[in-house]
Amino acid sequence: MKPPPFRYYDPKTVSETIGLLASLENTKLLAGGQSLMPMLNMRFVLPDHIVDLNRVEGLSYIRETQGALEIGAMTRQRDLEYSDAVRARWPIMHEALLQIGHRQTRNRGTIGGSLCHLDPAAELVSLALGYDASVTVAGPTGQREVPFTDFPVAYMTPAIEPNELVVGVRYPQWAAKHGYAFVEFSRRHGDFAITSAAVLLEGDASGKITRASVTIGGMGTAPKRARDVEGALLGQVPAGTLFRDACESCRKLEAIDDVHAPASYRQHLAAVLSRRALEKAHARLLDAHERAH
Amino acid sequence: MGESRKIILTVNGKRYEEEVEVRVTLADFIRHQLGLTGTHLGCEHGVCGACTILFDDRSARSCLMLAVQADGHDILTVEGIAPSADELHPLQQAFHEHHGLQCGFCTPGILTTLIEFLRDNPDPTEQEVRIAISGNLCRCTGYQNIVIATLDAAKRLRAQATQSQANPAKSR
Repeated sequence: MKPPPFRYYDPKTVSETIGLLASLENTKLLAGGQSLMPMLNMRFVLPDHIVDLNRVEGLSYIRETQGALEIGAMTRQRDLEYSDAVRARWPIMHEALLQIGHRQTRNRGTIGGSLCHLDPAAELVSLALGYDASVTVAGPTGQREVPFTDFPVAYMTPAIEPNELVVGVRYPQWAAKHGYAFVEFSRRHGDFAITSAAVLLEGDASGKITRASVTIGGMGTAPKRARDVEGALLGQVPAGTLFRDACESCRKLEAIDDVHAPASYRQHLAAVLSRRALEKAHARLLDAHERAH
Repeated sequence: MGESRKIILTVNGKRYEEEVEVRVTLADFIRHQLGLTGTHLGCEHGVCGACTILFDDRSARSCLMLAVQADGHDILTVEGIAPSADELHPLQQAFHEHHGLQCGFCTPGILTTLIEFLRDNPDPTEQEVRIAISGNLCRCTGYQNIVIATLDAAKRLRAQATQSQANPAKSR
């Protein structure tokens, strides 16, 4: 249980990092280390070079700009958890963060690391999809923006080249009065979810749903938007079995079989958790509208 | 022998200047090179929490960090918690009195985790304490007394804080 031998680099700037990536082969970037370090200890990965991002300047920030939250790639999950801006205007992120690992891992784990590791059950990955976030990637020719829908190209494989790194991510803001819920099922507190549901809702004064985002995590090779559910809600005033009926379509989403659960169980969870998340989000939406009067 | 580097760091208030192989974890460095064997290694892949230390006042799993990453930083291990050689920290005292440990293997990680937790949340509920130690596995499954001890320690620390506020001259 010891990391294999490697060469170690701790660049101070993004351009120095890109220079290193261009000159080295079989390299791994070390962010918070909460996934890479166990993989090194168990020798699941055998990199020749480790480029540590922890001393790179300018990658840790939480900024509010017009209608969006901009987060530096090396921002710790803990700093997001304790951010007043996140709690006030991206409250689903706060709710999701409390379900990520434990205090000790959130103190080190970074948002950029979570997004690039791209575990299909990772909470911040689900939220990036649910918010239609965009990822800023830096490389030898400058920076480019990648819409999060295009970010996962395969199982745990992000759309970044070996000579690039993620430097930031941008989560758009929803209306001041919106409903939200992040609900997941795991065997133990802090474990990766077997399946999760992230819901954002906006509505008008008459109670009609005007905007909906429903993301299922932990099902397939990457989180997936439940577009059928979103479509079934738009223009509706939630009542009766609307949520229950809409969420049945989640049973048809593609799901993986693994040691934790068979595909059919994940599909069942997707239907149940998305309904629970919708109910919770809708109650919060009504509450937000009521408080405004 | 692979690549090595010289690092300078502070552990429990003491400055160390050491040559370390870059692939060595912080946990192994603390135990083998500094000889501070109070930090325990259970799983070595970030699940059990036994190796928790405070890195710049924040709890972290030392098996998931490299020793070179600690260059220029401040570390607290279980050996540095007590105020002196013959006096326990109120958290340690509460664990002692409430039988908050059985075999003791998980204790260093739980104490360091709780030092940070009680600083952030001086008056926690029982549920909050249980969530705070959810990343620390106790295979004796002695959680009940750990929770009781923690709640009592929180009370003692609050009393201590009130006392030192009322009487600043006597406080450490």
